[in-house]
Amino acid sequence: MPSDKKKRRPVLVQMETPNLIPERDLGSIPVLQAEHLGIDFGGLTAVDDFNIAMGRTEISGLIGPNGAGKTTIFNLLTSVYKPTRGTVLVDGYDTASKSVAEVNRMGVARTFQNIRLFSQMTVEQNVLVGYGNAMRTNLITDMLRLPGHWRQEAEYREKALELLDIFDMRKYADTQAGNLPYGAQRRLEILRALATGPKVLLLDEPAAGMNPAETEELMENILKIRDEFQIAILLIEHDMSLVMGVCEVVGVLDYGKIIAKGTPEQIQNDPRVIEAYLGKQEVK
Amino acid sequence: MFITQVLNGLQLGSIYALVALGYTMVYGIILLLNFAHGDIIMVGAYVSWLVMAQLGLNPVLAVILSVAACTLMGVLIDKVAYAPLRNAPRLSILITAIGVSYFLENGAQLVFGADAKVVPAYTDLQTIQVGGLALSFPSVLTVIVTIVATVALTLVVQKTKLGKAMRAVSEDMGAARLMGINVNSTISFTFAVGSALAGIGAVLYAMAYTQASPTMGMMLGTKAFVAAVLGGIGSIPGAVVGGLLVGFAEVVVTALGLSVWKDAVVFLLLIIVLVVRPTGIFGRTMNEKV
Amino acid sequence: MTEKRPIISTGGPQPAAGRRRSLSMPVRYAINAVLVLVILVLGELMIDGGAINRYQSTVLEQVGIYIILAVSLNIATGYLGQLPLGHAGFMSMGAYGCSIFIIRMSEVLGIGARDFVTGSPMTVLLVLGGLVVGGLCAAVAGIIIGIPALRLKGDYLAIITLAFAEIIRVVMLNIDSVLGFELTGGAAGLTGIPSYTSFLLVFGCVAVVCFLIHTMMKSRHGRAILAIRDNEIAAEATGVNTTYYKTLAFVASAFFAGVAGGLYAGCVGVLQPAVFGFMKSIEILVMVVLGGMGSMLGSALSATVLTILPEALRAFSEYRMIAYAIVLILVMIFRPQGLLGSYDFSLSRIIERVMNRDFPWSRKGAAPAGADDGKEASRDA
Repeated sequence: MPSDKKKRRPVLVQMETPNLIPERDLGSIPVLQAEHLGIDFGGLTAVDDFNIAMGRTEISGLIGPNGAGKTTIFNLLTSVYKPTRGTVLVDGYDTASKSVAEVNRMGVARTFQNIRLFSQMTVEQNVLVGYGNAMRTNLITDMLRLPGHWRQEAEYREKALELLDIFDMRKYADTQAGNLPYGAQRRLEILRALATGPKVLLLDEPAAGMNPAETEELMENILKIRDEFQIAILLIEHDMSLVMGVCEVVGVLDYGKIIAKGTPEQIQNDPRVIEAYLGKQEVK
Repeated sequence: MFITQVLNGLQLGSIYALVALGYTMVYGIILLLNFAHGDIIMVGAYVSWLVMAQLGLNPVLAVILSVAACTLMGVLIDKVAYAPLRNAPRLSILITAIGVSYFLENGAQLVFGADAKVVPAYTDLQTIQVGGLALSFPSVLTVIVTIVATVALTLVVQKTKLGKAMRAVSEDMGAARLMGINVNSTISFTFAVGSALAGIGAVLYAMAYTQASPTMGMMLGTKAFVAAVLGGIGSIPGAVVGGLLVGFAEVVVTALGLSVWKDAVVFLLLIIVLVVRPTGIFGRTMNEKV
Repeated sequence: MTEKRPIISTGGPQPAAGRRRSLSMPVRYAINAVLVLVILVLGELMIDGGAINRYQSTVLEQVGIYIILAVSLNIATGYLGQLPLGHAGFMSMGAYGCSIFIIRMSEVLGIGARDFVTGSPMTVLLVLGGLVVGGLCAAVAGIIIGIPALRLKGDYLAIITLAFAEIIRVVMLNIDSVLGFELTGGAAGLTGIPSYTSFLLVFGCVAVVCFLIHTMMKSRHGRAILAIRDNEIAAEATGVNTTYYKTLAFVASAFFAGVAGGLYAGCVGVLQPAVFGFMKSIEILVMVVLGGMGSMLGSALSATVLTILPEALRAFSEYRMIAYAIVLILVMIFRPQGLLGSYDFSLSRIIERVMNRDFPWSRKGAAPAGADDGKEASRDA
């Protein structure tokens, strides 16, 4: 990544997590890795011993009942919360002392369960904020409108419009983000995250509030994004059709702990998962 | 003399504490920094002056009318200026509060003139003897009144039904409404109690400084406000501790012969406390859920 | 990473612009520059010719100064979405910094007060230098308070800036007795400031300040600031260094307030700390709020009206403050977004509108299909 070039390179850490990385991604370092990750809120353990290692083009899902700690894990992975225990590595680099923005620049982008757009800015501007990571002009160049400013603005505007084309949203470019229909707002969040140039994309309930047709389209788009951008995607979702449809690996979280992990087929037939969702069955 | 200085600190601190309680209560319930709170005190002081100096009536009546006027004023301000903005952005309500403050100050200036009015003494008794020490009676009275008022307030908030409603509304206004609590009357009640305390503060202030002026509320209010924030806004013990802290800081700085710097010291104290503890001494941290 | 890859496009190539026809940027800037020049020259001619008398031109200077104060505060309130209550503190830092610099430097260089009126090249340089020094003084104050203040949220930030401005005021009042020599003149005031402020200088500064704020906001830096206002958590997650950009907005706001302070000093000739109290901060805030937070034109308009109106209504000066207060409350209740909301005036946009709507034939043959698409897009927007 360009942003890392100038900094001194920290030592890559190799971790132990055995995992279900897809075969095509073996051989290169996992893009996102967490080891024995845990956080306590005032004595209450919200997440405990969470391990993950994601291949560079892997799509994984995180499911579990409400309150199981899924979003908390996203917050830990993006440095919103500082973990009580354990480590997060992005592309082999420790995120322990990094701010949320720095972790984003290291390559982790996310969307939010409750949509958080820059609602008073236009759709195009929302995406351009994401491209801010890659833009390089200094304040003086921009304030005095030196040629570098114009060149860069034109370049990234074009990029932003092309990015909007992914979800066929170019027509909304000048719309205020807060005025978009709900589904378009969710899509814009994904595009804004993509504009930051991530290596791994965290999607927090991307299909929430969507009808089956929209969910179907979203599934295609998730696969398309992975293929075009060659990035890893980790998603939290309640919609099982989506999880089973796109995820290669699924982890099931209950009371802050991973209780099962495997391919969608394995998960579907795992008694522990059924128990977590439906409660224990009395067996005589 | 050391005892006198301590007593001065307690007196000043008590007044700040009483006013700070009003800030804290209103903030606790509708998250509004009520800029007009200081000016309510100004109204109280003018009422005392009107009753005693202009009408020549009994000081007890002056006290009662001052407190009543402040209470009424507080409720009225809420109904007229803040209630229409209950669902508006917080910035709008804050600016409205600044507008109300502006209005009261300039209104008072228009009605009473810009110069300060002398408020007559409420009591002839100026000193009392305690164990061989001559103590200022107004100071002792101030401290006692503040203790009584704080205890009473704590009891009201903790033990009564209205207090319970207040706490519920401050936790979650929507949920409180669904539970059948009359949110508007609870807010009015909060303003009434906070303003009544300001009324008591007004009387005690007028007793100590014997004057009323249109802008008296501004500095007093700002300091009390600093006290409330220092202690952790929303917290009753915080307001008292903050008030005493500010009072003592001022007395100490004055005793050192640096009285011109006392305002700066108070504000510097605030900045330092906020940098170290962003929500004040007793404040609860509120994090936005991500 | 992403730029080298083919981008997926579901809709196939769309018409290149997909938008309305627009003026090229140099043309836009040229139009605005000409407009500013015309106003400056016209104003100067009217003053020289006596159509505007001395008193009126002083009022105009005040208008310009308040415009700068309002648009600079607007950076922190309208664009960053914070509520600093100590703008007068930054203004006073600039006023004292600038005037002390100019007084001392003219002593060193042997320039008399009269030279500032005639305006030799040396004094022009000195004044411009003084304004920058004033701005820098305020900017330093902005950094000092901004770093702790911006860690706090909303109300706490308001209080801490209020506290800081009060500290500045007390320091200006008493610093002389501590240092043991004359610096600020204390309560008696700083006198002997040459009257270097002129219509041309003030409105030249207004133009430059507005231009710089505009260009900052319409760049990646400005977008980052707006993003923080709209959603701080999302901004952080999108890679915006929130601490840096909040400080930047805050410091820019302070810097321009300092410049305005420097102009103010040259306009009134005497500086007293009491002038820069809490009420002055509120006065500036009222201008921004009334005009519409986030609207530069709104700030400028309400600064103009609120400066001229009291002068015109001198007879009713007692009621003026009350009227202020009532208007403020009413606006908040009935139009919380301010009179203009976040609308911003753009001459070039109006010209474009004329080009697009009223004279469609002017674009015939150029790109008729694209033009139609453009209209639809704009209607969607």
